[in-house]
Amino acid sequence: MTFDVARVRADFPILDREVNGHPLVYLDSANTSQKPRQVLDAMRAHQERYNGNVSRSVHTLGTESTTAYEDARAKIAAFIGAPSPDEVVFTKNSTEAINLVAYTSADLLQLGPGDEIVVSEMEHHSNLVPWQLLCQRTGATLRWFGVTDEGRLDESALDELVNERTKLVSVVHMSNILGTINDPARIVARAHQVGALVLLDCSQSVPHFPVDVVELGADFIAFTGHKMLGPTGIGVLWGRAELLAAMPPFLAGGSTIETVTMAGTTFAAPPARFEGGTPPITEAIGLGAAVDYLTALGMENIHRHEQEITTYALKALADVPGVRIFGPGTPEGRGGTVSFEVAGVHPHDVGQILDDLGVEVRVGHHCARPVCTRFGVPAMTRASFYLYTTTDEIDALARGLEQVRKVFV
Amino acid sequence: MIDQLYQDIILDHYKHPHGKGLRAPYGGEAHHVNPTCGDEVTIRVAVDGGTLTDISYDGMGCSISQASASVLHELLQGRTVEEAAPVQEAFVALMQSRGQIEPDEEVLGDGVAFAGVARYPARVKCALLPWMAFKDAAARAGVGASPEVKSS
Repeated sequence: MTFDVARVRADFPILDREVNGHPLVYLDSANTSQKPRQVLDAMRAHQERYNGNVSRSVHTLGTESTTAYEDARAKIAAFIGAPSPDEVVFTKNSTEAINLVAYTSADLLQLGPGDEIVVSEMEHHSNLVPWQLLCQRTGATLRWFGVTDEGRLDESALDELVNERTKLVSVVHMSNILGTINDPARIVARAHQVGALVLLDCSQSVPHFPVDVVELGADFIAFTGHKMLGPTGIGVLWGRAELLAAMPPFLAGGSTIETVTMAGTTFAAPPARFEGGTPPITEAIGLGAAVDYLTALGMENIHRHEQEITTYALKALADVPGVRIFGPGTPEGRGGTVSFEVAGVHPHDVGQILDDLGVEVRVGHHCARPVCTRFGVPAMTRASFYLYTTTDEIDALARGLEQVRKVFV
Repeated sequence: MIDQLYQDIILDHYKHPHGKGLRAPYGGEAHHVNPTCGDEVTIRVAVDGGTLTDISYDGMGCSISQASASVLHELLQGRTVEEAAPVQEAFVALMQSRGQIEPDEEVLGDGVAFAGVARYPARVKCALLPWMAFKDAAARAGVGASPEVKSS
């Protein structure tokens, strides 16, 4: 099957708009993706036709709403190869999913002084700060994998870093700043050998290529809906059933309970245990529609398209004088997120000139400041691609960078 | 429109900053960062008998924040605390004007070039970064350079 990017683009109304008098060139999908009409329609249909609260109504609207909400959960479970939909916990986003584990795994991990949690230098702040705080609360020690000059995870000290004191390893599957795709196989094997659990931050991987939680072998994964054609306000924690069953509620309240008396409460089984209060129902249904859309196109096809775009972009960027790419310089083991600097020009100014030409990129430290520090820069410019990105858009980026050089160099 | 943002005066100050580099002695120092974009600036203020005898600074960041520090140095260095206050107020007011204020060159000098920045909400905080750091540094040097700081 050939991937027809023009047909895909026709599903995204926003791609028709202009910015500052130029056709929109949206190169910020690692930040948030655009949404196809199919997702917007599914959310509107829920609001217009069968809005009712979930899991607590006997009436028809509530029943239909509950069915759609649980259908979305089942679709997402199938999408990531989860053995059961009950292992899919809806959260607000990846950050909440990771914090859920950080705040409810005390009994599971039995953390105390002398114990260790391992992360990496290429984490998004959301997979770093919760573990810093957990270590502060428990007296455990935070350790981390370094990053090589090529922007790869440095696993050379794996056996020393992950040892009998390690209780949890939490690393990113695909870096949101370097674009590096990590193969977690060795880390998972070593962690399990020493009895540690593994969480993978899949915020940038699940949207872009096939992810199967059983193949990955991880214990938890976190990802967010708005980076995969869904709306904001909905994310996912996947966890192995027996681990979720051993964790207490995070944000307790309605839906999380089994029996409540004034003296005490027993709690529902997962995933309800972790979904306190009325959840983002429309958003969950929207994410289910996004998964349908991605599945119909095929994640392998989407990945192949992005690999072609990335190959093209790496070359186009390398051809612009003064551009230095951070992270892997070839498409092997990297995704369609490319950060770079333009010599002598601050990323803020790069982004401003590009925006004037309708080219939307992200600038700053990308919630991964240690990576900027590692590469000795205060900030980076990042272009990130998705299923709707075209080579024409990469050309527009390259032309824009020539304009940046005209103004500043 | 982008030309109004990147006026030649701003680009000149960015490429050839005035008075850059941290100097001693100084009475107060402040380090401010813009956490969303990574801009950083450190400002030192030396005061002698009510006069801002030296305003030294260092930092890294975009053209707007770095040029703003250079302009601040040029405008306030050697002025009395009383003279500096209205300049600072005028610059902050200009930045918060959303482009609705016609700046007074008598007061703001090269600072008038920042009028275009006020139309870019995302960049206003870049322009204000050195001015906010200056305010703190001046307070630490024992002089409120604006009434707001004096009263707090």
